[in-house]
Amino acid sequence: MPTVGVKRDLLFQALGRTYTDEEFDELCFEFGLELDEITSEKDIISREQGDQKAEGASDVILYKIDVPANRYDLLCLEGLVRGLQVFKEKMEAPRYRRVSPVNGDPQRLIITEDTAGVRPHAVAAVLRNITFTPERYESFIELQEKLHQNVCRKRTLVAIGTHDLDTVSGPFTYTAKAPNDIRFRPLNQSQEYTATQLMSLYKTDSHLRHYLHIIEDEPLYPVIYDSNGIVLSMPPIINGDHSKISVNTKNVFIECTATDLTKAKIVLDMVVTMFSEYCRLMLFLVLSSLSLSLSLSLSLSLSLSLSLSLSLRESAESIAQLLTRMCLRSEVAGDDGQIQVEIPPTRSDVIHACDIMEDAAMAYGFNNITRTTPRTYTVANQLPLNKLTELLRMDLAAAGFTEALTFALCSQEDIADKLGKNISETRAVHISNPKTAEFQVARTTLLSGLLKTVAANRKMPLPLKLFEISDVVLKDETTDVGARNNRRLCAVYYNKTPGFEVIHGLLDRVMQLLEVRPGRKHGYYIQAAEDSTFFPGRCAEIFSHGESVGRLGVLHPDVISGFELTMPCSALEINIEHFL
Amino acid sequence: RRASQGMADSGLLESVLRLVEKVDGGVDSQDVAGGLSVDHQVVVGAVKSLQALGEVIEATQRSSKHWEVTGEGNEILEQGSHEARVFKAIPEEGLPQSELMKLPSGKVGFSKAMSNKWIRLDKGHEGGPRVFRTVDSIEDAVREKLQQVKKGQSSQLEEKEKNELKKRKLLTEVTVKSYWITKGSNFSTTITKQETELTPEMIASGSWREKKFKPYNFEAMGVAPDSGHLHPLMKVRTQFRQIFLEMGFTEMPTNNFIESSFWNFDSLFQPQQHPARDQHDTFFLSDPALAHEFPPDYLERVKKVHSEGGFGSQGYKYDWKIEEAQKNILRTHTTAVSARMLYKLAQQEKFTPVKYFSIDRVFRNETLDATHLAEFHQIEGVVADYGLTLGDLMGVLHQFFTKLGITKLRFKPAYNPYTEPSMEVFSYHEGLKKWVEVGNSGVFRPEMLLPMGLPEEVSVIAWGLSLERPTMIKYGINNIRELVGHKVNLQMVYDSPVCRLDS
Repeated sequence: MPTVGVKRDLLFQALGRTYTDEEFDELCFEFGLELDEITSEKDIISREQGDQKAEGASDVILYKIDVPANRYDLLCLEGLVRGLQVFKEKMEAPRYRRVSPVNGDPQRLIITEDTAGVRPHAVAAVLRNITFTPERYESFIELQEKLHQNVCRKRTLVAIGTHDLDTVSGPFTYTAKAPNDIRFRPLNQSQEYTATQLMSLYKTDSHLRHYLHIIEDEPLYPVIYDSNGIVLSMPPIINGDHSKISVNTKNVFIECTATDLTKAKIVLDMVVTMFSEYCRLMLFLVLSSLSLSLSLSLSLSLSLSLSLSLSLRESAESIAQLLTRMCLRSEVAGDDGQIQVEIPPTRSDVIHACDIMEDAAMAYGFNNITRTTPRTYTVANQLPLNKLTELLRMDLAAAGFTEALTFALCSQEDIADKLGKNISETRAVHISNPKTAEFQVARTTLLSGLLKTVAANRKMPLPLKLFEISDVVLKDETTDVGARNNRRLCAVYYNKTPGFEVIHGLLDRVMQLLEVRPGRKHGYYIQAAEDSTFFPGRCAEIFSHGESVGRLGVLHPDVISGFELTMPCSALEINIEHFL
Repeated sequence: RRASQGMADSGLLESVLRLVEKVDGGVDSQDVAGGLSVDHQVVVGAVKSLQALGEVIEATQRSSKHWEVTGEGNEILEQGSHEARVFKAIPEEGLPQSELMKLPSGKVGFSKAMSNKWIRLDKGHEGGPRVFRTVDSIEDAVREKLQQVKKGQSSQLEEKEKNELKKRKLLTEVTVKSYWITKGSNFSTTITKQETELTPEMIASGSWREKKFKPYNFEAMGVAPDSGHLHPLMKVRTQFRQIFLEMGFTEMPTNNFIESSFWNFDSLFQPQQHPARDQHDTFFLSDPALAHEFPPDYLERVKKVHSEGGFGSQGYKYDWKIEEAQKNILRTHTTAVSARMLYKLAQQEKFTPVKYFSIDRVFRNETLDATHLAEFHQIEGVVADYGLTLGDLMGVLHQFFTKLGITKLRFKPAYNPYTEPSMEVFSYHEGLKKWVEVGNSGVFRPEMLLPMGLPEEVSVIAWGLSLERPTMIKYGINNIRELVGHKVNLQMVYDSPVCRLDS
């Protein structure tokens, strides 16, 4: 969930009134926002870098507001204020309109085929006659950063470049060139670099190095030129210094280059609609040869019957009114309760009638909706495997064993080396992106988790008697994903003596609980087995109805020391799915 | 060991009882010690033994201050005060001062006797300064006062006098803890020998009728039973399971930790560029890396709704790739199983309403801290029926949370890719005096349900929460590692109470 920081006093000034923190928090709650934190720049610096660094920093109060991940229109002060003011019926929902320049043709951005391989889409617009102030300018830059981090997926999907239109001249060309053929002075640098040089220059840049990978290995890099060959930007990395904007810029040229055209249009619409309020006349939309950015407002018809699914007992008129408060201008169309809804370019999150219904419910107030009980009649069933698990857990505790709860993920070592096994014989599934060795594989046995639990509780009085009934994961080509869970029962007895008879007794008890009698053919028996996890001659395989269901025995001394234990230990592990 | 230990010999106990019998209104244990000529501590032991016998005596502790003669004071009692000894040492003809000073009491005695005007010093005497008596006889007042204290008559002395003697280190004031002993309701002067425990022989012979038994010490703890214990998180899981079963919900088969991205994300209308599908958030598998089997028609419908829209939706309009959907992961939520179950439900000849639940592990490749682990348990409830409303969802949530003992609920609009509307559930926390988030809920999107083939009029409402959070609150645990995983403290498991969520 993105967090937007706004200066409290500026926000209140724009809202035309002040709120107590509690009142504002309440307003946020209703509107689906969250007042996450009340702080100041000084507080933030002092928390992150210490009090000394914070000296002299601004102590203007900041509201950190959590915004839903799909509401890009609330990522800046301008959008938040507009949304809240319309919601509180302090202003009318704005309508956005594209206008052509008074003199001359619209600007054009020509996209060449060369971009197809690296970053095929671009859309652009112009904000004309804009008046920045230091606060507005800061918000403009901040919005681009927020968009980059969220909808643009760290510039992989979309990158935004903004330029002072008066320093360049169209038509503009979006093309792709070999890195050594691109040469320009990048933003805030004093000399020209080739693209190749830039990539190595920015390797150490704390901000830009995160974006290099997007184009680094491509044969051609994207680049935008003006009609005089001036580089505007090399997306998605850096803009040129020549066209950089400042607080005094009057006409802003905005380009969005992208791998996802839908997202590029959304982003361009956001930047333009949010800041159009500072323009004398809002002008946008630019044509390109390959793609056309045309953000028409989407119109949907919403049947009143649909609104019933919200439990709102409201007339079509009042629902239309509710929607209008959410910036969705609506009116009743016809006698059958149809409502005509106009979706502005700011509301890219609305893609289905259900999105509109949610807005109606929000404006109505979720907490004003009457709670009802569905008449759905059903009979409950337990999953047989879980039912058996629950019953066995109770009786294992009654047998004097204590339940452990261990992780399903572990290191390769835990299920292989430390148990005297080779990883290839474990049938383990492997994780490709573990952050640490603790998450290399899904466990194939419960034993290592129990032994780690014993190791963490060596100070406890002996004997330690532990059990766990849970799932392990094994590769299995017969399933759609190539792996399946297997429900196991595992128990360990840790004491000064190995206690094989204790674990054997537990097996007998479990079989008694499962109504399996001792016997070769139709019952259970154990038979000496070789297993590198166990002490030679102290391991047996367990058979039930002629099928192998697990093993028990005294652990091998190497296994005991491998888990940093010092006492003898016996263990039992069986597959309980066999007994369903 | 409940029976009291150590019993003073019964002879002494009976002597004490006889003394108590003689007095009306009670007696101080110090006086008993005096009367029996034994050390006070022995009498204190006897009092405790008598108390342990039941209501034989009553004894209340009290403390008193009294004056005692010091070692030096006792010497004076025997030999007289220093000044008296000096006086006695001086013959008729006097004594040279230098010799007087050699006596043990010389220094102190000389100045005291001088100030008492018992003696005089002739400094100009031939052969050096010489000391003479000035009176014929003296009264040794210091010694007499000490004798009074020794006799227990210190109260007859004035405070000033006692303090003067204290300053001279002849007296000291001590605090004595003693008992005031009176007859109890079962007072008797004879002691019966007490038995520790009832034995089979006593039962057989009936001798228990004549015997007295030592009282138990009910302050001591009992012996812990030799038993096994269930893990607290699993106890809470059992209760949640019970609640769902009471509400008529059927348990879903969630025993498949490995899931394809298709069922975990795509089927839920979660776009392929969604941050949750990032390497930083989800565990991907290298082996087996890909899932290889999907319902083909359904897969096409999912692809279409993402890339082109349909079912009344604009879709996300992006290039949907089967390669992304095939990627195997450790499931990030049990909703993947709900999707499989709803798809299965949609394949039925005729739709029937269902209520499903599950409580099982889910996995996130997150940064770990005191409240986040890479795996946790998700609790999920799902209801599918014709015409379910948002009010129904709130009503079901109200019933569910009431069973958890939570009755004050409110709902906040939220965003979730596969539900619309989406609501965060907040409950009022009486302890923290604020609203805290207790779960998430919503109505599944048509883009998720319609491609499965469910009838258009069917709505599916769902909610979820973690199992760990309510358990940590229930058992007052701040660090999740103390609850889940091998680092758990077994003593905590041994000591954890039963789980009743509504009390």
